[in-house]
Amino acid sequence: MTNLFLLQLLNGLQFGVLLFLIAAGLTLVFGIMDFVNLAHGVIYMVGAYLVVTFAAMTGSYGLGLLLTLPATLAVGLVLEFLVFRHLYDRSHLDQVLATFGLVMIISEAVEIIWGAAPLTVPIPQILSGSVPLLGPLRYPVFRLAIIAAGLLTALGLWFVISRTRIGMQLRAGASNRAMLSALGIDVRRLFTMIFAFGAMLAGFAGAMVAPILAVDPGMGESVLILAFVVIVIGGIGSIKGAFAGALIVGIVDTVGRIFGPIALKAVMDPAAAAQAGRVLAPMLVYILMAVILALRPAGLFGQRT
Amino acid sequence: MNPRIRNIAALVVFGSFAILPLLAQVLGDSFLIVVATRILAFAIAALALDLILGYGGMVSFGHAAYLGLGAYSVAMLSRAGITDLGLHLLGGIAMATPFALITGAISLRTRGVYFIMITLAFAQMAYFFFVSLSAYGGDDGVTLAARSTLLGQPLLENDTTLFYATLALLIAAYLLALRITGSRFGRVLTGTRENPLRMQAIGFSPFPYQLTAYVISGCIASVAGVMLANQTEFVSPALMNWHRSGELIVMVVLGGIGNLIGAVGGAVIALLLEEWLSRMSEHWPLFFGLFLVIVVLASRDGISGLIRRIGGGK
Amino acid sequence: MSLLTVQNLRKSYGALKVTDDVSLSVEPGELHAIIGPNGAGKTTLISQLSGQLRSDSGRVIFDGADITEMRMPQRARRGLSRSFQITSILPGFSVLENVSAAVQARSGSSFRFFAPVAAEAGLNTSAIAALTRVGLQDRAAQRAGSLSHGEKRQLELAIALATQPRLLLLDEPLAGTSGSEAERLVQVIASLKGEVTVLLIEHDMDAVFALADRISVLVYGRVIATGAPDAIRADLQVRAAYLGEDA
Repeated sequence: MTNLFLLQLLNGLQFGVLLFLIAAGLTLVFGIMDFVNLAHGVIYMVGAYLVVTFAAMTGSYGLGLLLTLPATLAVGLVLEFLVFRHLYDRSHLDQVLATFGLVMIISEAVEIIWGAAPLTVPIPQILSGSVPLLGPLRYPVFRLAIIAAGLLTALGLWFVISRTRIGMQLRAGASNRAMLSALGIDVRRLFTMIFAFGAMLAGFAGAMVAPILAVDPGMGESVLILAFVVIVIGGIGSIKGAFAGALIVGIVDTVGRIFGPIALKAVMDPAAAAQAGRVLAPMLVYILMAVILALRPAGLFGQRT
Repeated sequence: MNPRIRNIAALVVFGSFAILPLLAQVLGDSFLIVVATRILAFAIAALALDLILGYGGMVSFGHAAYLGLGAYSVAMLSRAGITDLGLHLLGGIAMATPFALITGAISLRTRGVYFIMITLAFAQMAYFFFVSLSAYGGDDGVTLAARSTLLGQPLLENDTTLFYATLALLIAAYLLALRITGSRFGRVLTGTRENPLRMQAIGFSPFPYQLTAYVISGCIASVAGVMLANQTEFVSPALMNWHRSGELIVMVVLGGIGNLIGAVGGAVIALLLEEWLSRMSEHWPLFFGLFLVIVVLASRDGISGLIRRIGGGK
Repeated sequence: MSLLTVQNLRKSYGALKVTDDVSLSVEPGELHAIIGPNGAGKTTLISQLSGQLRSDSGRVIFDGADITEMRMPQRARRGLSRSFQITSILPGFSVLENVSAAVQARSGSSFRFFAPVAAEAGLNTSAIAALTRVGLQDRAAQRAGSLSHGEKRQLELAIALATQPRLLLLDEPLAGTSGSEAERLVQVIASLKGEVTVLLIEHDMDAVFALADRISVLVYGRVIATGAPDAIRADLQVRAAYLGEDA
């Protein structure tokens, strides 16, 4: 039982780290630009598809990953140039409509280019196999690599945000947008950068999971909404909040699906527990979000209500 | 919108629908009625959304959840042997009310981008609830044994009767919403959208009014779900997909927000466009998406501004 | 008994003390003005009194009841009404609807869903009366957003009056108005004397000394003097702090 729990905890951590990569850019977009972007999930999907193609072209997942990063960065730049920058001064409603339109366009384009059938990319040789954890328990190396990559990215982001000039600007912008222009910062350029960099992080996340997940046109959507939950829990505009929120959501969602029914068996008969557990587990993170919001409407690390 | 223009528009829209079955008979195209019933049902939901989006300034991205609650009320009650349409509608409202009360109370503690994300998240929660409800087919959904009955008779099995029943409900919802928006309550709701600080300064706390409007809107949208379930004789979580919620917003905005009849018109435009594009290409969402992006970008003050300029409305 | 008693009210933003231990009282029927240099904390004080801002400490007692913990809508329903320095109206509503909404707030439940509110004679009559009082009755049907600045200031006052306040907090009612517009507003405020108790913040010293029964001087968040207009005019401390003259 302990082993199973540890295993699920690691899986939850891995999922959480992934959610963090997606939510990190998005929370800045929401917090600093007060911009609703529904098209962030599809970038994650594009990242996964690109790595499949690039890995096939180069014959190496590593090279594919290296190519995917600048490619998704470019996708972010192009989208910002063509669409997003024209929407900064618009109402949330306009932003919702336009980015919703983008979701339709990109999802459909992906289906036209790559087809609707799920694609896969093999796990690279050096990261395949598993390592022993406790006793008989083993854990796939690749998933550990995802966790490590995510944590390293988080560390890097933390460094950028807390130690650099750009980080100072981001923090100033997250707590008070008007202050950005008051400080004489080129707001447009900063926005472009946030978008492009956020897109790259999402693309990175997509590329990282491609070997362990079926790459299909729907993969961006559920992740997008979970990223919203992460951002709401963590507090809009806070990278720290996104990190905490992502780990909480990742672990609660993963562990809850396995242990929810087990825990329920303690209080009701097994058949009912299995049924109730199956229904409740996917709702768990949303219930968690509701509880956190009821207690702290601005989220765990949010500054504004 | 000028009340006289709105009344004329409402008469034209509802009148055209009323004579549609005749047209279908002349053309010998029975599929027309099926499409039109679907449009009418979505128009009810769009109208419901306009009540809070247009009048209350609340951008709910989770209204598809209420479609689903209404639809599942039909499936659940039918299985329990209750087949009456009126009871199905009540069942939908009975499910929508607590859901709207709880999720609305939490969502309304926030605003702006938060509100949009949270309503979306709660709708997704409802979606997953029904996906994992294996008793009703889970992801695959469940086929209804029969449509709802009216006065104990299987009258709605006839497509034309179902069409007129849906039209009657749409008109009833329209008249109800019209009364609400013109009432004391409606004035507080609209005033809060215009300037919440001002409304508080004269003594109104926005929250109970916004929450009440949110619940009313959810209940009306659940009616749409009941009719959609009847039209397709099939209920599945796909009805609550977040794309649906997005489409509802598109409908409201396309028709012009905050005048009720525009939402009905928007449902007609959006669904006909969808229907037309899907006949042209299997990749119709690509074109629909392009249409959305271009329309938003092309009008300096958004789609609503574009409509306002063309229509000269409020 | 005073209508409003303010005890040791404080509000700080970080290290900045905006209001610092403010105590004052407003007697029934008087027109009490608060003057002070820019940044003295006058608007913050009004926001604390109206319940828009939560105070860090201190108490506000209105008509014998402690209202310190109440929010703005509750205070408004008790008859503590405010106007805004920066005009705050419902721009998409007609002028009449703006005022009628304020009447509605004080007359019966607004959880009425079916009767058309525009046809409620009671609301409209009171609203027209308030508009007539400020001289805006001819504009009743116009969209409020399309009024001139001076007219919006009149409307702001009419809205506050329509809530039937027992204490009216006026935050710079003359802000940005021209000479003749200001004159008209001063007349309206003067006509309220004896009828409504008023706490007035205003930069126009001629208006303040013409209208006020008592004046309090607020400097750096503190009340440094309270008294009759003549006494305040003579107060040397005030001159030093406010008029920049040497004591």
